[in-house]
Amino acid sequence: MNPGIDLQESFIETLIDLGLPVGAAKAIWMPLPMTVIIIGATLGVLVSVWLERKISAAVQQRIGPEYAGPLGVLQAVADGLKLVFKEDIVPAKADPWLFTIGPVIVVLPAFLSYLIVPFGQNLLISNVGIGIFLWIALSSVAPIGLLMAGYASNNKYSLLGGLRAAAQSISYEIPLALAVLAIVMMSNSLSTIDIVEQQSGYGILGWNVWRQPIGLVLFWICALAECERLPFDLPEAEEELVAGYQTEYSGMRFGLFYVASYVNLVLSSVLAAVLYFGGWDFPIPLDLVSSWLGVSETNPTFQVVTASLGITATLLKAYFFVFVAILLRWTLPRVRIDQLLDLGWKFLLPVGLVNLLLTAGLKLAFPFAFGG
Amino acid sequence: MNLAEGVQIVSFGLLSLMVLGAALGVVLLQNIVYSAFLLGGVLISIAGLYLLLNADFVAAAQVLIYVGAVNILILFAVMLVNKQEDFASLPRSWVRQGATALVCTGLFALLSTMILQTSWLGLNSGAAPETSTTILIGEHLFSDFLLPFELASVLLLMALIGAVVLARREFLPEEIVSSERQPVLTLPERPRQPMVVSSGTSSTPGSTSE
Repeated sequence: MNPGIDLQESFIETLIDLGLPVGAAKAIWMPLPMTVIIIGATLGVLVSVWLERKISAAVQQRIGPEYAGPLGVLQAVADGLKLVFKEDIVPAKADPWLFTIGPVIVVLPAFLSYLIVPFGQNLLISNVGIGIFLWIALSSVAPIGLLMAGYASNNKYSLLGGLRAAAQSISYEIPLALAVLAIVMMSNSLSTIDIVEQQSGYGILGWNVWRQPIGLVLFWICALAECERLPFDLPEAEEELVAGYQTEYSGMRFGLFYVASYVNLVLSSVLAAVLYFGGWDFPIPLDLVSSWLGVSETNPTFQVVTASLGITATLLKAYFFVFVAILLRWTLPRVRIDQLLDLGWKFLLPVGLVNLLLTAGLKLAFPFAFGG
Repeated sequence: MNLAEGVQIVSFGLLSLMVLGAALGVVLLQNIVYSAFLLGGVLISIAGLYLLLNADFVAAAQVLIYVGAVNILILFAVMLVNKQEDFASLPRSWVRQGATALVCTGLFALLSTMILQTSWLGLNSGAAPETSTTILIGEHLFSDFLLPFELASVLLLMALIGAVVLARREFLPEEIVSSERQPVLTLPERPRQPMVVSSGTSSTPGSTSE
């Protein structure tokens, strides 16, 4: 950790100089990063909705949205506004309380998980020690909301959709955790910062994707299943279940499900980038660049440039994964529910265990390359 | 009292209220689905209490295992069972209620004496441990708590095998089984009496569409 710009310290000191007490200054600072991240996550949703529509159109040789703003970039905003203004209907025999709480429980963990997403050495809300484990734990709460929504709608399709969502989420959580565990084993820490640190130093060659290719595939399949993206979107399979647990929802309550699914997709992509593609790490080691240019690492300008490069690198890598997810959506047919569960329990779980064992063996055999 | 302590006290009060309220709801509400959802609320609040005690790993594990797995499976079971059965008062229900009350009071007395007799001084220094809690837990699990840890895993293995044995029992009518569809892999403890031949009075698990 090098000394340099510390936004938090300087912000608090400015406030203290303005005559505020220390506690108040710290309390004013605290909500700022959270607000920035929440706004960022929401913008990420808008961007990925637009990308989804544009890329889907390109895959199907259509034009896609083009009238709302240049290239249709405002289409997602228009969609959101439409949802806000739609009538909010609660079916007559639905359970109004559970019907309302369900979508909220689905959305909250998705946003809460952004707590641990790093965009730079110190650019994250909280470097909690349990890091990536927090994401796995939080993502297991969402199915309760789905079950709640499915049950409260008083509709057979909804109930079946909710049950499928819960079954799918439970089944794919285990291989996902095993894939993450292999990474954690290599970096000796659950913290996302340490995971990226362990990959940095050699540029693109040091990224985990070269050491964990099986893990990456495993992680990505399971992440798609957890997000209910298309090869695995059984809970909402239109041909079978109308729209699954979303069938009875309209207006902003439906919007919450929609937002949650895209927040989850972006979050999984960012974490895939952090775990396997070196997070904010630039393909060329930046300290090499600084020594070529003859700039000190603590130079403020250099630090600002590094931080913005880090954020850009993280987002580019994350949106690469979003792009892959969208392409997969139009490439692969949906699996059946029994195929889904077979794949999860009989294929991915053993592969995850083997990958973990291999990683442990390689770590013992080559401690310099696999984080001894 | 600075900001952090105030936040801590307020959140402790809120979490305790949530635990107590949700737990009372679990016991007292008539609708079993509400009880199951409130159980999730109880477990999440307890995870919050763990967080206040600097036990972050235990809190996350609580959310992952109790909320994300156990509670979802309870909900699953509740929602898959589609049996409307009117409540019939049992003849000697006071025996059961008396026994329940006895056990609960006994448990409460036991826990209260334990809490009162333990000296809590010196346990809580108020500060977070220097090393990460995950590392501490790992060291304890593989040194002085190795035996309980392994015993728990043996218990889980037994439960797993039991679940497989229960799930492999196929409920098929006797004549079909004996004549043509003899399953290749039959467990010795498979019951020989047919379970589902009678016309539609008993609902099989999985038929939610009645």
